[in-house]
Amino acid sequence: MSVDGVAVVGVGIHRFGRIEGVSGRGMGAHAVREALADAGLAWEDVQCAFGGSYSSGDADSLVSDLGLTGVPFVNVANGCGTGGSALLAARNAILSGQCDTAVAVGFDKHPPGAFNEDPANLGLGAWYGQTGMMLTTQFFAMKIQRYMSEYGISHATLSRVAAKAFRNGSLNPYAWRRTPLSVEQIAAAPMINYPLTQYMFCSPGEGAVALVLTRADRAGEFPAPPVYLRAVEFRSRRFGSFEVYSPWLSPQRAEGPTVEAARAAFEAAGIGPEEIDVAQVQDTESGAEIMHMAETGLCAHGEQEQLIAQGATEIGGRLPVNTDGGVLANGEPIGASGLRQVHEVVLQLRGSAGRRQVPSGPRTGFTHVYGAPGISVCTVLSR
Amino acid sequence: MSGTRLVDESLFFDPPGTPPDGVRLAGGECGGCATTTFPAQDSCPRCGAVGMERVPLPREGRLWAFTVQNFEPKPPYRSSGPFVPYGVGYVDLGPVLVESRLTENDPARLRTGQAMRLCLVPVFTDEDGVQVLTYAFGRVDEGER
Repeated sequence: MSVDGVAVVGVGIHRFGRIEGVSGRGMGAHAVREALADAGLAWEDVQCAFGGSYSSGDADSLVSDLGLTGVPFVNVANGCGTGGSALLAARNAILSGQCDTAVAVGFDKHPPGAFNEDPANLGLGAWYGQTGMMLTTQFFAMKIQRYMSEYGISHATLSRVAAKAFRNGSLNPYAWRRTPLSVEQIAAAPMINYPLTQYMFCSPGEGAVALVLTRADRAGEFPAPPVYLRAVEFRSRRFGSFEVYSPWLSPQRAEGPTVEAARAAFEAAGIGPEEIDVAQVQDTESGAEIMHMAETGLCAHGEQEQLIAQGATEIGGRLPVNTDGGVLANGEPIGASGLRQVHEVVLQLRGSAGRRQVPSGPRTGFTHVYGAPGISVCTVLSR
Repeated sequence: MSGTRLVDESLFFDPPGTPPDGVRLAGGECGGCATTTFPAQDSCPRCGAVGMERVPLPREGRLWAFTVQNFEPKPPYRSSGPFVPYGVGYVDLGPVLVESRLTENDPARLRTGQAMRLCLVPVFTDEDGVQVLTYAFGRVDEGER
């Protein structure tokens, strides 16, 4: 892509959590209206739209609520990568000349409790679910268990990550979990999947996010300061990587999709991980934030132990991570989750993140999502 | 009715009725690139070749990663009786690492690199009373259970 081809000129969010009386689609429509208002546009100004949800219906049905304008609206379905895929498609539509202004939207409303996927959807036998192995929580627990023994990450660090998430969430009016919890409370909570306790895991939840994107050369015509989408890259798994829902692994180890998507995004942006001022990484559980920090290149493997103890990943630290509370404090409405990260980075780069604003005037931001069955989408943004 | 059955016979190399201490898991081995999968599958995920051979997998290996499932999963998980937390791990069998239930559910008694051995464990009971067995790995230093 050309270096600064596309800009985010509008962001909208429906608060995350459990919201009685509002459907997932209703939250999606709310987020689109908010994003359009932020950009100073009306729905009929939108020339292309891309969106998705996992359990709240087809995103393109939002036209019934927003207006039957004839807009081409493409449904996207990539699990936790849905929002990132919608953003990628919107970016490409603008770069290709298909349109000047596009919307990317994601929303969801999941029932409480861990996801219970049908193994057949992933080409696995019924036995895998029946015998109690079809759980994302087990994968993340085993990955961090091994990682802790390889790189010397302590149990206390797992608790510190979750404590930061709820502390940041308490500063975020759109977050679900807004009550700070101490490191001690988190460590003493019931064990869900060793070594991870109840408060170290995110919960499936509800929420919606929409973004308005346009050609970078027109970004100055919009009311809010533009934030440029310098890169968005999507990768699936290669042979030998360790991914969720794997009944077996090869003894031959390969880098995962996170490593490849992050590397590609930094290369495309011409911005290195050491230049990132604020980052949002997939924190399905607190170990995931720790591992993804290194897999994305934001730090070295094992360095997280010291960085987190020193407060480097706090809002006022050297490398603020998950400033809006991440998935831990916001919950995970699958369709919306990746776009929430971009929404947060845009607010941070505009300097309008309120009580959770990174104080140093950040100029660059990074986002990363990871999901089943081994996909990752990363973005690099800048002022 | 009573008796036992395997949760999925295709997971096992040896025919039903083989004594538990002789049962082996069935992998798929690629004639082209020697990749081994579990369960066996028709085509190779590494090189794309079709026609993989069913091969028996080693009964012993080393624990590579582990956790303990402390909450009762939703369906399609099946259970009979009160929920008992169970261990889950990857066991390195050499040609392939297999994800498995573990007979040990105390994380303090598990460690990466530990020697593990295959066994069969009951997981649930069918409506007709038949007990359903799946594969699991137990610590070699505990002997057969």
